[in-house]
Amino acid sequence: MATIEISCVEVWREISNYLDEDISADLRERMEKHFSACAHCTAILDGTRNIVGLVGDGTLFQIPERFNERLYEKIRNLPT
Amino acid sequence: MSVIQSQSRASEADLIRRVCNGEREAFYELVCPYEHMVYATAISIVKNPADAEEVAQEAVLKAFSNLASFRGESKFSTWLIQITYNEAKMKLRKARPNLYESLDDSQRNEDGEFWPKDFADWRPIPSELLEDNEIRQAVQDAINSLSANYREVLILRDVQRLSIKETTTILGISEGSVKTRLHRARLLLRDRLAPGIDGCWIKRQPYRKVRPW
Repeated sequence: MATIEISCVEVWREISNYLDEDISADLRERMEKHFSACAHCTAILDGTRNIVGLVGDGTLFQIPERFNERLYEKIRNLPT
Repeated sequence: MSVIQSQSRASEADLIRRVCNGEREAFYELVCPYEHMVYATAISIVKNPADAEEVAQEAVLKAFSNLASFRGESKFSTWLIQITYNEAKMKLRKARPNLYESLDDSQRNEDGEFWPKDFADWRPIPSELLEDNEIRQAVQDAINSLSANYREVLILRDVQRLSIKETTTILGISEGSVKTRLHRARLLLRDRLAPGIDGCWIKRQPYRKVRPW
């Protein structure tokens, strides 16, 4: 059975859900077919995936030095 | 739930019991794995390191003082992040009581279509790039430039990697709103961080044309 085509606007709307694997198998197939033929949408998909990778890297926000020393000091000084 | 997760939940419950029984040292072990999470949540809302440290420490102290009221209905981490989130919001309100962060135009039509501005082609970005302070700063600035609605969801989902459900609990919004805001936040960030006209994130690499025109 032929896959029903999907427009760029519809693809953009679902890119985030696509990355989170939060779409139906049918929609996934239609999007993948679109990506294989559309360089612009593929660029947006790759860029968005890069963003998710960059912000989720874990080293983006660095905790200040000796943060926990200062914290534990405060906890020790709390009244019992 | 995996075996590892249920084991960590069990020992966490044990640590909580010990703290509630007066063993203060057990609290360090309990919060240690979440210090980074607490700090990152704080700085993403208050946006500067000094306030973030104050908020993060205040939140942890509050968690310590109120630990007996933690009922285990949510995960300890979710409860802790929720406290941090509330502390950070309170700090913002105190600092700028008349300023509401709803001035961003893009926030008004949250349900409208989002049209990407830039179609630049990106190669995968190696995470070593974040060791470069300039690039880390650029990513942080781009996140800070998002309006609060989008920033908060992005931080909880993509930085802290919380589930959609946990995010709805902390922010008090629907699953649909979490997904819509996350989607918008990611695409806005992509637009803001797409390689510039000279098209290259990787230093010392030659110019590469990235646009199709």
